[in-house]
Amino acid sequence: MLRRAVEDLSSGSDSDYTNSWIAWFLSSKGNEYFCEVEEEYILDRFNLTGLNTEVANYTQALDSITDNIDEDIPDELRGALDVQARHLYGLIHARWIVTARGLAKMLEKYKRADFGRCPRVLCQSQPLLPVGLSDIPYEKSVKLYCGRCEDIYSPKSSRHGSIDGAYFGTSFPHLLFLVYPNLIPPKSGPVDVGLPVRGAPTEGDNQRRTRRAREEPELPAETIGEEFSTASVALKAERYRPRIFGFQVHEIAKLQRWQEAVRDRQVARLEEIGV
Amino acid sequence: MSRRSQPPANIEPIGVEVEEEEVTGGVGEGDEIMEDAQAQEGEYSISLSDVVSGTTGSSTPTSTLTWISWFCSLPGHEYFCEVAEDFIEDDFNLTGLNAMVPFWKEAMEMVLDVEPDEDTSKIPDVSIVEASAELLYGLVHQRFILTRAGLQAMIEKYEAGVFGACPRVYCSMTHVVPCGRSDLPGLDTVKLFCPNCNDIYTPPSSRFQGVDGAFFGTTFAHLFFQSYRELAPAPFWKPSSAGSSSSSAPSSGSGSSSSRSSEKFVNPNPHGGKRRAAGRVYQPKIYGFKVNEKAKCGPRMQWMRLRPEDPEELDMVDWRGRWYDDADEDFDEEEAEGDEDRPMEDFDPDVGEDDEEESEEEEEEEDSRVSQGRSTRHAHSAPQPPVPGASKASLRPAEILQSIDISSLPVKLPVASRVKVMRQWVTPAATTQVC
Ligand SMILES: [Zn+2]
Ligand SMILES: [Zn+2]
Repeated sequence: MLRRAVEDLSSGSDSDYTNSWIAWFLSSKGNEYFCEVEEEYILDRFNLTGLNTEVANYTQALDSITDNIDEDIPDELRGALDVQARHLYGLIHARWIVTARGLAKMLEKYKRADFGRCPRVLCQSQPLLPVGLSDIPYEKSVKLYCGRCEDIYSPKSSRHGSIDGAYFGTSFPHLLFLVYPNLIPPKSGPVDVGLPVRGAPTEGDNQRRTRRAREEPELPAETIGEEFSTASVALKAERYRPRIFGFQVHEIAKLQRWQEAVRDRQVARLEEIGV
Repeated sequence: MSRRSQPPANIEPIGVEVEEEEVTGGVGEGDEIMEDAQAQEGEYSISLSDVVSGTTGSSTPTSTLTWISWFCSLPGHEYFCEVAEDFIEDDFNLTGLNAMVPFWKEAMEMVLDVEPDEDTSKIPDVSIVEASAELLYGLVHQRFILTRAGLQAMIEKYEAGVFGACPRVYCSMTHVVPCGRSDLPGLDTVKLFCPNCNDIYTPPSSRFQGVDGAFFGTTFAHLFFQSYRELAPAPFWKPSSAGSSSSSAPSSGSGSSSSRSSEKFVNPNPHGGKRRAAGRVYQPKIYGFKVNEKAKCGPRMQWMRLRPEDPEELDMVDWRGRWYDDADEDFDEEEAEGDEDRPMEDFDPDVGEDDEEESEEEEEEEDSRVSQGRSTRHAHSAPQPPVPGASKASLRPAEILQSIDISSLPVKLPVASRVKVMRQWVTPAATTQVC
C-alpha cells in the first residue's frame, strides 16, 4: 500500500511490517496503545457481530483492514474510508483485547510499559494500562489505569489523549488482573512486571499465526488459586503527607486519618471473609 | 553595581532535552505556555523581556535582562518565580545558606548582576560559579516563595496554569503547584502537588527532571493552599443531584480555578478549604458490573481518594485513626441502619438488590450519585454483553470465569446464583450477614 508510505513517514518502513493495513496502523504515530488484532479473529465474522451498524461503509472499511481493497479508490473517498477503517479497527480491538489471546498481546505491551507509567510519585513508575470510561464510541477519550494506586490518569500526550476510550473498553485492565492475578502490582516496593512474556512473538513474523494457533491459549494455571491474600495489601500503600515546616496540615491530616480508618475497616471486612 | 545586559553565554540549563511527545501533554494550559518558552530558546536576550515582565512586577526596564529573569526563562525553569532582588540583598534571608553554596560571593555577584571585583584572577572556571549561582538562587527561591511577595508571585503563575493540572482524571484538571520532597538540595527533583487528591506527581515533561525539588521545598505547596483557602478543595464531598449538568466532567478540561459559580459552596470549617472538591472515585467495572471488593483483584485503594459526604464524619475518627464507635459493637450494629456509613456505600452498589433489573437500576442510581454530574446519561450504558465472538482463539467472559472457579467468583456477572449481601459495610460483625 503505497499511500501509507507517502502519508506516514514514521517508523519501521523497511520491514514487511508496512505491507498490511494493520501493520501500517500500528506503526503510525499516536497508535502505540493498540495491539495487533490477529487476522484470524477479524476474519471470523461472528466476532464482528453488530459492528456493521456501528461503522459507515462497513464492508469497505473491513476490506481495507484486511487488505482486500482496490488500489484505485478515488482520493476523495480514501480519506473518509481511512477514518471508517480506523474506527472499525478500534471497535474490533475493544473486543479482541478481552479475549485470552488479546489479553496476552496486551500483556506483552504492558510489560514493555508501552502505555506509560503512573505519574503518581509513590507508585514508583508502575506501568499503566489503557481503559475506557465508556464502551460506547465517541463519548470519552482513553484513560490510563494504574494497578498500584487503582486510579485513572489522563495520557500525557494529546495524541493519546484524543483516542476513543471505547477502543479499549471499560473492562480490559480489570479483566487482565482477574485472569492474571499474580500480576496485580504490589502496593509498595519497586516495580516488577512479573512473568516473562511467553513465546514473545517478534512483530512481522509470518509464522507466528500458525504456530500460535496450535499453541492453544491456556490460562496460566499457576495464577489460579488461593495461595495469596489481597485482603490487607492496602496497608502497604505509601501516602504523601503534606507538611508545613514539618508539621502536618490539620484539615488534610484529618481527612487522611479518616481515609485510613475507612481502609482499616475494609481490611477487617476482607480478612473476616478470607479474601 | 552595573548590570550585565547579556546573560552568561554558556550556562547549560539542566533538563533542557525535551521529548516532543511530552511537550504536547494533556495537562492544560501549562504545557502551552511551556511550549512558548521553548520556541524562544536561543533568543532570550531579545525577546524574553516582555515574557518576563508579564509575570512579575519586579523586572527591570525591558532593554536589560537580569540574570534572574534570564534564569527563570530557561526551558525547564518555568516553575520558578523571580525572587525580588531586595530579598536577596537582605542578609537575614540568606542565613545559613553560605555554608551550602561554594563560591558564595561570586555566585551572589552573578545572581545580582554585580560586576565582579578587579580581583577576578582567583575566580575558577565560570561554569562552577554558574552552578553555584543556580544553587544559591534555588535555595533563596525556596525561602522567597514562603513570603507574602513570593506567594503572590506564585499565585499569578498558578492562576495562569503554568504549573499544569493534576493528571488524575477525577481531579478534573485541578491546578497543581510545584513541591519538593526534601528541603536539602541534591536529593530529589521537583514534583507537583495536587490539593484535590493531596498527592504528588511527576511533572509530565522530562525537562523538569533536572530541577531540584529543594528549590521549591516541602512547605511551599501547603503554605500556598493555607494562604489561599479559596483554592483549597474541602475535605468532604457530596455528589450533586442526579440531573444537574456538570461543568466539571473529567475530560472537559476546564480550568479549575474558575469552578462553577452558580451554586454556593460552604465549608462549615472557617479555616477549611473553601473550594468544592472534585470527589469522584474511580470504580473498576467488568462488563458493566462493578468489581466487588471480595474478589482478589477487587478494589483496595478507593479509600485513598475517598471523601466523606459530610464534614462531621471526619470527626468520627480519633487522632490515632480509629473509629470512635468501634468501641461499642452493639451500638454500632444499630447505627448500621442509620446513615453514618453512607460514604462507604460508594463502594458497594448492591445493598438489598433482588434481581438483575433492579441491580441495573441501582447501578444507574449509584452512578449518578457518585458522579459529580456526568454530562449525559445513557440508558444503554448498562452492562453490555460483549464479545459475541467465540472463535477458537477467543474466550468469552463466561468461559474465563468458569475456568477460574466460579465459587470464588470475583466479578459480579449476571449469574443466577448471586450472593446477596445485606450489609457488608459497617463492622466486621455485620459483614457476616450473608443471606
Ligand atoms: Zn499509580
Ligand atoms: Zn489530583
